[in-house]
Amino acid sequence: MQFLLAEGARIGISLIGVIGLVSINALFLIWMERKVSAHIQLRPGPMEVGFHGALQTIADALKLIGKELITPEDADKLIYLLAPIVMFLPVLVSFIVIPFSPTLLIRDLNVGILLIFAFSTMAVLAILMAGWSSNNKYSLLGAIRSVAQTIAYEIPLLITAMSVIIMVGSLKLTDIVAYQATVWNVLFQPLAFILFIICGTAETNRAPFDIPEAESELVAGFHTEYSGMRFAIFFLAEYTNMFIVSAVATVLFLGGWRGPILPPLVWFLLKVYAIIFLMMWFRWTFPRLRFDQLITLGWKILIPLSLANLILTALAIKIF
Amino acid sequence: MTAFIKDTLIGFWSLLAGLGVTIRYFVKPIVTVQYPREKLTMSPRYRGHTEFIIDPETGSHLCNACENCARTCPSNVISVTGVKVAGTKKKRAVTYVLDYSLCSLCGLCVEVCPTKALKFSDEYRLAGFSRQDMIIDVIARLQAQQRALGLPEEVPPVPEAEEAKTEETKGGEGES
Ligand code: SF4
Ligand code: SF4
Repeated sequence: MQFLLAEGARIGISLIGVIGLVSINALFLIWMERKVSAHIQLRPGPMEVGFHGALQTIADALKLIGKELITPEDADKLIYLLAPIVMFLPVLVSFIVIPFSPTLLIRDLNVGILLIFAFSTMAVLAILMAGWSSNNKYSLLGAIRSVAQTIAYEIPLLITAMSVIIMVGSLKLTDIVAYQATVWNVLFQPLAFILFIICGTAETNRAPFDIPEAESELVAGFHTEYSGMRFAIFFLAEYTNMFIVSAVATVLFLGGWRGPILPPLVWFLLKVYAIIFLMMWFRWTFPRLRFDQLITLGWKILIPLSLANLILTALAIKIF
Repeated sequence: MTAFIKDTLIGFWSLLAGLGVTIRYFVKPIVTVQYPREKLTMSPRYRGHTEFIIDPETGSHLCNACENCARTCPSNVISVTGVKVAGTKKKRAVTYVLDYSLCSLCGLCVEVCPTKALKFSDEYRLAGFSRQDMIIDVIARLQAQQRALGLPEEVPPVPEAEEAKTEETKGGEGES
Protein backbone atom coordinates (compact mmCIF):
# COMPACT_ATOMS: atom_id res chain seq x y z
CA MET A 1 0.00 0.00 0.00
CA GLN A 2 2.73 2.38 1.06
CA PHE A 3 4.59 1.52 -2.11
CA LEU A 4 1.54 2.11 -4.30
CA LEU A 5 0.87 5.50 -2.74
CA ALA A 6 4.44 6.59 -3.13
CA GLU A 7 4.55 5.40 -6.70
CA GLY A 8 1.24 7.09 -7.47
CA ALA A 9 2.46 10.39 -6.11
CA ARG A 10 5.70 9.98 -8.03
CA ILE A 11 3.87 9.31 -11.29
CA GLY A 12 1.49 12.22 -10.74
CA ILE A 13 4.21 14.74 -9.93
CA SER A 14 6.42 13.54 -12.79
CA LEU A 15 3.60 13.74 -15.26
CA ILE A 16 2.71 17.28 -14.25
CA GLY A 17 6.36 18.27 -14.32
CA VAL A 18 6.95 16.72 -17.73
CA ILE A 19 3.85 18.22 -19.29
CA GLY A 20 4.79 21.61 -17.85
CA LEU A 21 8.30 21.28 -19.22
CA VAL A 22 7.03 20.14 -22.62
CA SER A 23 4.68 23.10 -22.95
CA ILE A 24 7.12 25.72 -21.75
CA ASN A 25 9.88 24.23 -23.88
CA ALA A 26 7.70 24.29 -26.99
CA LEU A 27 6.55 27.87 -26.33
CA PHE A 28 10.13 28.95 -25.86
CA LEU A 29 11.50 27.01 -28.83
CA ILE A 30 8.92 28.33 -31.28
CA TRP A 31 9.74 31.86 -30.18
CA MET A 32 13.46 31.09 -30.37
CA GLU A 33 13.12 29.58 -33.82
CA ARG A 34 11.35 32.66 -35.09
CA LYS A 35 13.98 34.93 -33.55
CA VAL A 36 16.89 32.87 -34.92
CA SER A 37 15.41 32.74 -38.41
CA ALA A 38 14.63 36.45 -38.27
CA HIS A 39 18.11 37.48 -37.24
CA ILE A 40 19.72 35.28 -39.88
CA GLN A 41 17.54 37.12 -42.39
CA LEU A 42 18.35 40.53 -40.84
CA ARG A 43 14.81 40.99 -39.49
CA PRO A 44 13.81 41.61 -35.87
CA GLY A 45 11.22 38.80 -35.78
CA PRO A 46 8.15 38.96 -33.53
CA MET A 47 8.26 42.21 -31.56
CA GLU A 48 4.65 43.12 -30.81
CA VAL A 49 3.21 40.80 -28.16
CA GLY A 50 5.14 41.18 -24.93
CA PHE A 51 8.80 42.07 -24.55
CA HIS A 52 10.45 41.36 -27.92
CA GLY A 53 7.46 39.20 -28.85
CA ALA A 54 8.00 36.82 -25.93
CA LEU A 55 4.26 36.20 -25.58
CA GLN A 56 3.70 35.72 -29.31
CA THR A 57 3.58 31.92 -29.09
CA ILE A 58 1.00 32.06 -26.30
CA ALA A 59 -1.17 34.24 -28.49
CA ASP A 60 -0.73 31.78 -31.36
CA ALA A 61 -1.56 28.85 -29.11
CA LEU A 62 -4.77 30.57 -27.95
CA LYS A 63 -5.69 31.13 -31.57
CA LEU A 64 -5.06 27.46 -32.38
CA ILE A 65 -7.27 26.33 -29.48
CA GLY A 66 -10.11 28.36 -30.91
CA LYS A 67 -9.84 26.77 -34.36
CA GLU A 68 -12.29 24.25 -35.69
CA LEU A 69 -11.15 20.63 -35.67
CA ILE A 70 -11.67 19.38 -39.20
CA THR A 71 -11.93 15.69 -40.04
CA PRO A 72 -11.91 14.96 -43.77
CA GLU A 73 -15.04 13.19 -44.93
CA ASP A 74 -13.45 9.98 -46.17
CA ALA A 75 -10.78 9.84 -43.50
CA ASP A 76 -10.19 6.68 -41.55
CA LYS A 77 -11.62 8.33 -38.44
CA LEU A 78 -10.15 6.20 -35.66
CA ILE A 79 -6.61 6.20 -37.03
CA TYR A 80 -6.94 9.87 -37.90
CA LEU A 81 -7.77 10.71 -34.29
CA LEU A 82 -5.16 8.40 -32.83
CA ALA A 83 -2.23 9.66 -34.90
CA PRO A 84 -1.52 12.83 -32.87
CA ILE A 85 -1.70 10.83 -29.65
CA VAL A 86 0.66 8.17 -30.99
CA MET A 87 2.97 10.99 -31.99
CA PHE A 88 2.90 12.61 -28.58
CA LEU A 89 2.93 9.71 -26.09
CA PRO A 90 6.38 8.29 -26.93
CA VAL A 91 7.73 11.81 -26.58
CA LEU A 92 6.40 11.88 -23.01
CA VAL A 93 7.78 8.43 -22.27
CA SER A 94 11.29 9.47 -23.22
CA PHE A 95 11.33 11.99 -20.38
CA ILE A 96 11.24 9.13 -17.86
CA VAL A 97 14.95 8.43 -18.25
CA ILE A 98 16.47 11.80 -19.13
CA PRO A 99 18.78 12.86 -16.27
CA PHE A 100 18.39 16.61 -15.83
CA SER A 101 20.69 16.65 -12.82
CA PRO A 102 22.02 14.05 -10.34
CA THR A 103 18.76 14.24 -8.39
CA LEU A 104 16.21 15.41 -10.95
CA LEU A 105 15.45 12.18 -12.73
CA ILE A 106 12.23 10.23 -12.85
CA ARG A 107 13.54 6.66 -13.19
CA ASP A 108 17.09 5.53 -13.70
CA LEU A 109 16.40 2.54 -15.93
CA ASN A 110 19.11 0.09 -16.95
CA VAL A 111 17.97 0.30 -20.56
CA GLY A 112 17.60 4.09 -20.57
CA ILE A 113 19.03 4.88 -23.96
CA LEU A 114 17.35 1.88 -25.55
CA LEU A 115 13.99 3.06 -24.24
CA ILE A 116 14.41 6.48 -25.82
CA PHE A 117 15.43 5.08 -29.20
CA ALA A 118 12.68 2.44 -29.16
CA PHE A 119 9.96 4.97 -28.44
CA SER A 120 11.23 7.72 -30.70
CA THR A 121 10.88 5.33 -33.64
CA MET A 122 7.15 5.30 -32.97
CA ALA A 123 6.99 8.82 -34.38
CA VAL A 124 7.35 7.27 -37.82
CA LEU A 125 4.35 5.08 -37.13
CA ALA A 126 2.36 8.15 -36.12
CA ILE A 127 3.38 9.93 -39.30
CA LEU A 128 2.34 6.94 -41.39
CA MET A 129 -1.00 6.76 -39.55
CA ALA A 130 -1.64 10.45 -40.04
CA GLY A 131 -0.71 10.39 -43.71
CA TRP A 132 -2.58 7.22 -44.50
CA SER A 133 -5.81 8.05 -42.69
CA SER A 134 -6.12 11.63 -43.99
CA ASN A 135 -7.16 10.34 -47.40
CA ASN A 136 -5.17 13.06 -49.08
CA LYS A 137 -2.51 12.46 -51.67
CA TYR A 138 -0.06 14.95 -50.22
CA SER A 139 -0.40 13.49 -46.75
CA LEU A 140 0.16 10.01 -48.11
CA LEU A 141 3.21 11.07 -50.08
CA GLY A 142 4.65 12.71 -46.98
CA ALA A 143 4.03 9.61 -44.93
CA ILE A 144 5.63 7.34 -47.53
CA ARG A 145 8.68 9.55 -47.68
CA SER A 146 8.96 9.54 -43.93
CA VAL A 147 8.90 5.75 -43.73
CA ALA A 148 11.35 5.41 -46.59
CA GLN A 149 13.88 7.75 -45.06
CA THR A 150 13.70 6.20 -41.59
CA ILE A 151 16.25 3.46 -42.29
CA ALA A 152 18.62 5.93 -43.88
CA TYR A 153 19.11 7.84 -40.64
CA GLU A 154 18.00 5.54 -37.82
CA ILE A 155 20.69 2.94 -38.48
CA PRO A 156 23.61 5.39 -38.36
CA LEU A 157 21.99 7.07 -35.35
CA LEU A 158 21.92 3.80 -33.43
CA ILE A 159 25.39 2.78 -34.56
CA THR A 160 26.95 6.07 -33.45
CA ALA A 161 25.19 5.81 -30.10
CA MET A 162 26.57 2.27 -29.97
CA SER A 163 30.17 3.51 -30.21
CA VAL A 164 29.65 5.55 -27.07
CA ILE A 165 27.86 2.72 -25.34
CA ILE A 166 30.64 0.20 -25.90
CA MET A 167 33.08 2.74 -24.54
CA VAL A 168 31.02 3.20 -21.40
CA GLY A 169 29.78 -0.35 -21.16
CA SER A 170 26.30 0.58 -19.99
CA LEU A 171 22.94 1.63 -21.39
CA LYS A 172 22.13 3.56 -18.24
CA LEU A 173 22.16 7.31 -18.88
CA THR A 174 23.55 8.13 -15.42
CA ASP A 175 26.45 5.72 -16.02
CA ILE A 176 27.20 7.44 -19.30
CA VAL A 177 27.29 10.81 -17.54
CA ALA A 178 29.43 9.38 -14.72
CA TYR A 179 31.91 8.07 -17.29
CA GLN A 180 32.52 11.62 -18.50
CA ALA A 181 33.63 12.93 -15.12
CA THR A 182 36.91 14.29 -16.45
CA VAL A 183 36.74 14.33 -20.25
CA TRP A 184 33.64 14.69 -22.38
CA ASN A 185 33.04 11.91 -24.88
CA VAL A 186 32.99 14.38 -27.73
CA LEU A 187 36.79 14.54 -27.48
CA PHE A 188 37.12 10.77 -27.96
CA GLN A 189 34.37 10.57 -30.53
CA PRO A 190 34.26 13.77 -32.61
CA LEU A 191 33.13 11.93 -35.74
CA ALA A 192 30.38 10.14 -33.83
CA PHE A 193 29.21 13.49 -32.46
CA ILE A 194 28.94 15.01 -35.94
CA LEU A 195 27.13 11.95 -37.27
CA PHE A 196 24.79 11.93 -34.29
CA ILE A 197 23.87 15.58 -34.79
CA ILE A 198 23.20 14.99 -38.50
CA CYS A 199 21.06 11.91 -37.85
CA GLY A 200 19.38 13.62 -34.91
CA THR A 201 18.32 16.48 -37.16
CA ALA A 202 16.86 13.90 -39.54
CA GLU A 203 15.19 12.12 -36.63
CA THR A 204 13.29 15.29 -35.73
CA ASN A 205 12.19 15.70 -39.37
CA ARG A 206 13.63 19.18 -39.56
CA ALA A 207 15.16 20.99 -42.50
CA PRO A 208 17.27 20.01 -44.40
CA PHE A 209 15.64 16.61 -43.76
CA ASP A 210 12.03 17.81 -43.67
CA ILE A 211 11.15 15.77 -46.72
CA PRO A 212 7.93 14.38 -45.14
CA GLU A 213 6.64 17.90 -44.57
CA ALA A 214 8.24 19.76 -47.46
CA GLU A 215 5.82 22.67 -47.46
CA SER A 216 6.93 23.86 -50.87
CA GLU A 217 6.12 20.49 -52.46
CA LEU A 218 3.51 18.76 -50.30
CA VAL A 219 1.49 21.62 -48.73
CA ALA A 220 2.32 20.43 -45.20
CA GLY A 221 3.06 16.76 -45.83
CA PHE A 222 1.55 14.28 -43.43
CA HIS A 223 -0.30 16.85 -41.30
CA THR A 224 -1.92 18.70 -44.19
CA GLU A 225 -5.44 17.83 -43.03
CA TYR A 226 -4.93 18.49 -39.35
CA SER A 227 -6.15 21.72 -37.82
CA GLY A 228 -6.52 23.36 -34.45
CA MET A 229 -5.20 21.52 -31.42
CA ARG A 230 -4.53 18.32 -33.35
CA PHE A 231 -2.10 20.21 -35.50
CA ALA A 232 -0.72 21.89 -32.38
CA ILE A 233 0.03 18.48 -30.89
CA PHE A 234 2.11 17.52 -33.93
CA PHE A 235 3.89 20.83 -33.59
CA LEU A 236 4.44 20.29 -29.88
CA ALA A 237 5.78 16.81 -30.55
CA GLU A 238 8.23 18.12 -33.13
CA TYR A 239 9.71 20.66 -30.76
CA THR A 240 9.76 18.23 -27.85
CA ASN A 241 11.51 15.73 -30.10
CA MET A 242 14.19 18.34 -30.70
CA PHE A 243 14.60 18.66 -26.96
CA ILE A 244 14.91 14.90 -26.50
CA VAL A 245 17.41 14.40 -29.30
CA SER A 246 19.49 17.26 -27.96
CA ALA A 247 19.24 15.91 -24.43
CA VAL A 248 20.45 12.49 -25.62
CA ALA A 249 23.31 14.12 -27.52
CA THR A 250 24.18 16.08 -24.38
CA VAL A 251 24.22 12.94 -22.27
CA LEU A 252 26.16 10.85 -24.79
CA PHE A 253 28.75 13.39 -25.87
CA LEU A 254 28.75 16.57 -23.79
CA GLY A 255 28.94 15.19 -20.27
CA GLY A 256 25.27 15.64 -19.34
CA TRP A 257 24.83 17.88 -16.33
CA ARG A 258 28.55 18.19 -15.60
CA GLY A 259 30.14 21.61 -15.59
CA PRO A 260 31.87 24.02 -13.21
CA ILE A 261 30.31 26.67 -10.95
CA LEU A 262 26.72 26.69 -12.26
CA PRO A 263 24.21 24.18 -10.85
CA PRO A 264 23.89 20.90 -12.82
CA LEU A 265 20.39 21.64 -14.12
CA VAL A 266 21.54 24.94 -15.62
CA TRP A 267 24.49 23.23 -17.30
CA PHE A 268 22.25 20.54 -18.71
CA LEU A 269 19.73 23.00 -20.15
CA LEU A 270 22.53 25.22 -21.50
CA LYS A 271 24.04 22.33 -23.44
CA VAL A 272 20.65 21.15 -24.68
CA TYR A 273 19.66 24.57 -25.94
CA ALA A 274 23.07 25.06 -27.53
CA ILE A 275 22.49 21.92 -29.61
CA ILE A 276 18.96 23.06 -30.41
CA PHE A 277 20.39 26.36 -31.59
CA LEU A 278 22.75 24.38 -33.83
CA MET A 279 19.76 22.56 -35.36
CA MET A 280 17.92 25.83 -35.95
CA TRP A 281 21.05 27.23 -37.50
CA PHE A 282 21.10 24.20 -39.85
CA ARG A 283 17.49 24.76 -40.77
CA TRP A 284 18.00 28.36 -41.82
CA THR A 285 21.20 27.60 -43.69
CA PHE A 286 20.64 24.47 -45.75
CA PRO A 287 18.05 23.90 -48.45
CA ARG A 288 15.96 20.73 -48.29
CA LEU A 289 17.58 17.61 -49.70
CA ARG A 290 16.07 15.79 -52.61
CA PHE A 291 14.94 12.31 -51.73
CA ASP A 292 17.68 10.45 -53.59
CA GLN A 293 20.25 12.80 -52.07
CA LEU A 294 19.05 11.88 -48.62
CA ILE A 295 19.23 8.16 -49.36
CA THR A 296 22.71 8.60 -50.85
CA LEU A 297 23.80 10.56 -47.81
CA GLY A 298 22.36 7.95 -45.48
CA TRP A 299 23.60 4.79 -47.15
CA LYS A 300 26.83 5.90 -48.78
CA ILE A 301 28.19 8.30 -46.18
CA LEU A 302 26.51 8.09 -42.79
CA ILE A 303 26.26 4.30 -42.46
CA PRO A 304 29.83 3.47 -43.65
CA LEU A 305 31.29 6.24 -41.52
CA SER A 306 29.38 5.21 -38.43
CA LEU A 307 30.37 1.56 -38.97
CA ALA A 308 34.01 2.53 -39.41
CA ASN A 309 33.77 4.60 -36.25
CA LEU A 310 32.27 1.68 -34.35
CA ILE A 311 35.01 -0.69 -35.49
CA LEU A 312 37.74 1.79 -34.63
CA THR A 313 36.23 2.33 -31.20
CA ALA A 314 36.02 -1.40 -30.59
CA LEU A 315 39.66 -1.84 -31.66
CA ALA A 316 40.79 1.03 -29.48
CA ILE A 317 39.00 -0.41 -26.46
CA LYS A 318 40.55 -3.81 -27.10
CA ILE A 319 44.05 -2.38 -27.41
CA PHE A 320 44.10 0.13 -24.52
CA MET B 1 37.00 5.67 -54.07
CA THR B 2 39.38 8.62 -53.69
CA ALA B 3 37.01 10.72 -55.78
CA PHE B 4 34.18 9.77 -53.45
CA ILE B 5 36.14 10.68 -50.34
CA LYS B 6 37.22 13.94 -51.94
CA ASP B 7 33.62 14.75 -52.86
CA THR B 8 32.47 14.02 -49.33
CA LEU B 9 35.13 16.20 -47.76
CA ILE B 10 34.52 19.06 -50.19
CA GLY B 11 30.78 18.75 -49.58
CA PHE B 12 31.27 18.82 -45.84
CA TRP B 13 33.50 21.85 -46.13
CA SER B 14 30.91 23.66 -48.23
CA LEU B 15 28.31 22.96 -45.54
CA LEU B 16 30.59 24.55 -42.95
CA ALA B 17 31.14 27.53 -45.24
CA GLY B 18 27.36 27.94 -45.52
CA LEU B 19 27.01 27.85 -41.74
CA GLY B 20 29.71 30.50 -41.54
CA VAL B 21 27.74 32.80 -43.82
CA THR B 22 24.52 32.49 -41.85
CA ILE B 23 26.16 33.01 -38.47
CA ARG B 24 27.79 36.18 -39.76
CA TYR B 25 24.37 37.42 -40.77
CA PHE B 26 22.96 36.30 -37.43
CA VAL B 27 25.12 38.81 -35.57
CA LYS B 28 24.71 41.65 -38.09
CA PRO B 29 22.38 44.50 -37.15
CA ILE B 30 18.87 44.12 -38.50
CA VAL B 31 17.82 46.21 -41.49
CA THR B 32 14.02 46.22 -41.33
CA VAL B 33 11.94 48.62 -39.24
CA GLN B 34 8.71 48.12 -37.29
CA TYR B 35 6.74 49.93 -39.94
CA PRO B 36 3.87 51.92 -38.54
CA ARG B 37 5.95 52.91 -35.52
CA GLU B 38 9.28 53.49 -37.20
CA LYS B 39 10.04 55.16 -40.52
CA LEU B 40 12.82 54.58 -42.97
CA THR B 41 15.22 57.44 -43.65
CA MET B 42 15.06 58.06 -47.36
CA SER B 43 18.13 58.82 -49.41
CA PRO B 44 18.71 62.55 -50.11
CA ARG B 45 17.81 62.13 -53.78
CA TYR B 46 14.43 60.58 -53.01
CA ARG B 47 11.50 62.40 -54.61
CA GLY B 48 8.27 62.57 -52.68
CA HIS B 49 5.74 65.28 -53.46
CA THR B 50 7.08 68.84 -53.40
CA GLU B 51 7.03 70.93 -50.26
CA PHE B 52 8.32 74.27 -49.06
CA ILE B 53 11.87 74.73 -47.87
CA ILE B 54 11.97 76.28 -44.42
CA ASP B 55 14.21 79.33 -44.68
CA PRO B 56 16.64 79.34 -41.74
CA GLU B 57 16.49 83.14 -41.47
CA THR B 58 12.75 83.72 -41.35
CA GLY B 59 11.71 80.26 -40.22
CA SER B 60 9.10 80.23 -42.92
CA HIS B 61 8.73 79.62 -46.65
CA LEU B 62 10.07 81.81 -49.46
CA CYS B 63 7.19 81.59 -51.92
CA ASN B 64 6.08 84.94 -53.30
CA ALA B 65 3.18 83.44 -55.25
CA CYS B 66 4.69 84.28 -58.62
CA GLU B 67 2.97 81.22 -60.07
CA ASN B 68 5.95 80.31 -62.21
CA CYS B 69 5.73 76.78 -60.93
CA ALA B 70 2.02 76.52 -61.63
CA ARG B 71 2.53 77.70 -65.20
CA THR B 72 5.53 75.47 -65.82
CA CYS B 73 4.02 72.31 -64.47
CA PRO B 74 3.25 70.04 -67.43
CA SER B 75 0.42 68.31 -65.60
CA ASN B 76 -1.35 71.27 -63.99
CA VAL B 77 -0.72 69.94 -60.53
CA ILE B 78 -0.21 73.18 -58.68
CA SER B 79 -2.69 75.87 -57.76
CA VAL B 80 -1.27 78.80 -55.86
CA THR B 81 -2.86 82.04 -54.77
CA GLY B 82 -1.24 84.94 -53.01
CA VAL B 83 -1.80 88.47 -51.85
CA LYS B 84 0.34 91.54 -51.44
CA VAL B 85 1.52 91.92 -47.90
CA ALA B 86 0.57 95.28 -46.48
CA GLY B 87 3.52 97.70 -46.21
CA THR B 88 5.77 95.82 -48.64
CA LYS B 89 5.78 95.40 -52.35
CA LYS B 90 6.06 91.64 -52.09
CA LYS B 91 3.34 89.10 -52.50
CA ARG B 92 3.04 86.05 -50.33
CA ALA B 93 1.31 82.70 -50.86
CA VAL B 94 -2.07 82.23 -49.20
CA THR B 95 -2.82 78.76 -50.52
CA TYR B 96 -0.56 76.30 -52.24
CA VAL B 97 -2.27 73.05 -53.13
CA LEU B 98 -0.98 70.05 -55.08
CA ASP B 99 -3.00 67.37 -56.78
CA TYR B 100 -0.42 64.68 -56.24
CA SER B 101 -2.32 62.09 -58.28
CA LEU B 102 -1.29 64.04 -61.41
CA CYS B 103 2.30 64.81 -60.49
CA SER B 104 4.99 63.08 -62.52
CA LEU B 105 7.76 64.19 -60.13
CA CYS B 106 9.56 65.78 -63.08
CA GLY B 107 11.03 68.50 -60.91
CA LEU B 108 10.35 71.41 -63.28
CA CYS B 109 8.59 73.36 -60.53
CA VAL B 110 11.59 73.02 -58.25
CA GLU B 111 13.93 74.16 -60.99
CA VAL B 112 11.89 77.11 -62.16
CA CYS B 113 11.14 78.70 -58.83
CA PRO B 114 12.92 82.09 -58.71
CA THR B 115 13.19 82.15 -54.92
CA LYS B 116 14.17 78.49 -54.58
CA ALA B 117 11.18 77.92 -52.33
CA LEU B 118 10.47 74.30 -53.27
CA LYS B 119 12.09 70.94 -52.63
CA PHE B 120 11.06 67.31 -52.78
CA SER B 121 9.90 65.93 -49.45
CA ASP B 122 11.05 62.55 -48.11
CA GLU B 123 7.48 61.44 -47.59
CA TYR B 124 6.94 57.92 -48.91
CA ARG B 125 3.69 56.98 -47.23
CA LEU B 126 1.59 58.39 -50.03
CA ALA B 127 -1.13 55.78 -50.47
CA GLY B 128 -4.70 56.93 -50.03
CA PHE B 129 -8.24 55.64 -50.19
CA SER B 130 -9.64 58.20 -52.60
CA ARG B 131 -8.52 60.85 -55.05
CA GLN B 132 -9.29 63.41 -52.37
CA ASP B 133 -6.46 61.95 -50.28
CA MET B 134 -4.04 62.91 -53.06
CA ILE B 135 -4.73 66.62 -52.67
CA ILE B 136 -1.89 67.98 -50.57
CA ASP B 137 -2.07 71.34 -48.83
CA VAL B 138 1.56 72.39 -48.81
CA ILE B 139 1.03 75.32 -46.46
CA ALA B 140 -0.68 73.13 -43.88
CA ARG B 141 2.23 70.71 -44.18
CA LEU B 142 4.67 73.57 -43.61
CA GLN B 143 2.75 74.62 -40.52
CA ALA B 144 2.93 71.09 -39.16
CA GLN B 145 6.68 71.00 -39.76
CA GLN B 146 7.09 74.35 -38.03
CA ARG B 147 5.14 73.07 -35.04
CA ALA B 148 7.39 70.04 -34.92
CA LEU B 149 10.51 72.24 -35.02
CA GLY B 150 9.14 74.63 -32.41
CA LEU B 151 9.14 77.56 -34.84
CA PRO B 152 6.38 80.17 -34.94
CA GLU B 153 3.69 78.94 -37.25
CA GLU B 154 3.26 80.45 -40.69
CA VAL B 155 0.21 82.71 -40.80
CA PRO B 156 -0.86 83.18 -44.42
CA PRO B 157 -1.71 86.83 -45.08
CA VAL B 158 -5.45 87.33 -45.24
CA PRO B 159 -6.73 88.82 -48.46
CA GLU B 160 -7.76 92.32 -47.45
CA ALA B 161 -11.06 94.07 -47.92
CA GLU B 162 -9.80 95.66 -51.11
CA GLU B 163 -10.28 92.47 -52.99
CA ALA B 164 -10.66 94.25 -56.24
CA LYS B 165 -7.13 95.58 -55.92
CA THR B 166 -5.73 92.10 -55.29
CA GLU B 167 -7.50 90.75 -58.33
CA GLU B 168 -6.07 93.56 -60.35
CA THR B 169 -2.50 92.98 -59.24
CA LYS B 170 -2.86 89.33 -59.92
CA GLY B 171 -4.09 89.92 -63.38
CA GLY B 172 -1.27 92.37 -63.99
CA GLU B 173 1.35 89.87 -62.87
CA GLY B 174 -0.14 87.24 -65.11
CA GLU B 175 0.40 89.40 -68.14
CA SER B 176 3.91 90.57 -67.41
S1 SF4 C 1 7.26 67.78 -60.19
FE1 SF4 C 1 6.61 68.25 -62.28
S2 SF4 C 1 4.55 67.41 -62.38
FE2 SF4 C 1 5.05 67.51 -60.22
S3 SF4 C 1 4.27 69.46 -59.53
FE3 SF4 C 1 6.40 69.83 -60.12
S4 SF4 C 1 6.29 70.44 -62.28
FE4 SF4 C 1 4.32 69.53 -61.76
S1 SF4 D 1 7.67 79.38 -58.48
FE1 SF4 D 1 8.35 79.39 -56.35
S2 SF4 D 1 7.87 81.43 -55.63
FE2 SF4 D 1 6.72 81.15 -57.50
S3 SF4 D 1 4.73 80.38 -56.82
FE3 SF4 D 1 5.97 78.59 -57.25
S4 SF4 D 1 6.89 78.12 -55.32
FE4 SF4 D 1 6.12 80.17 -55.10
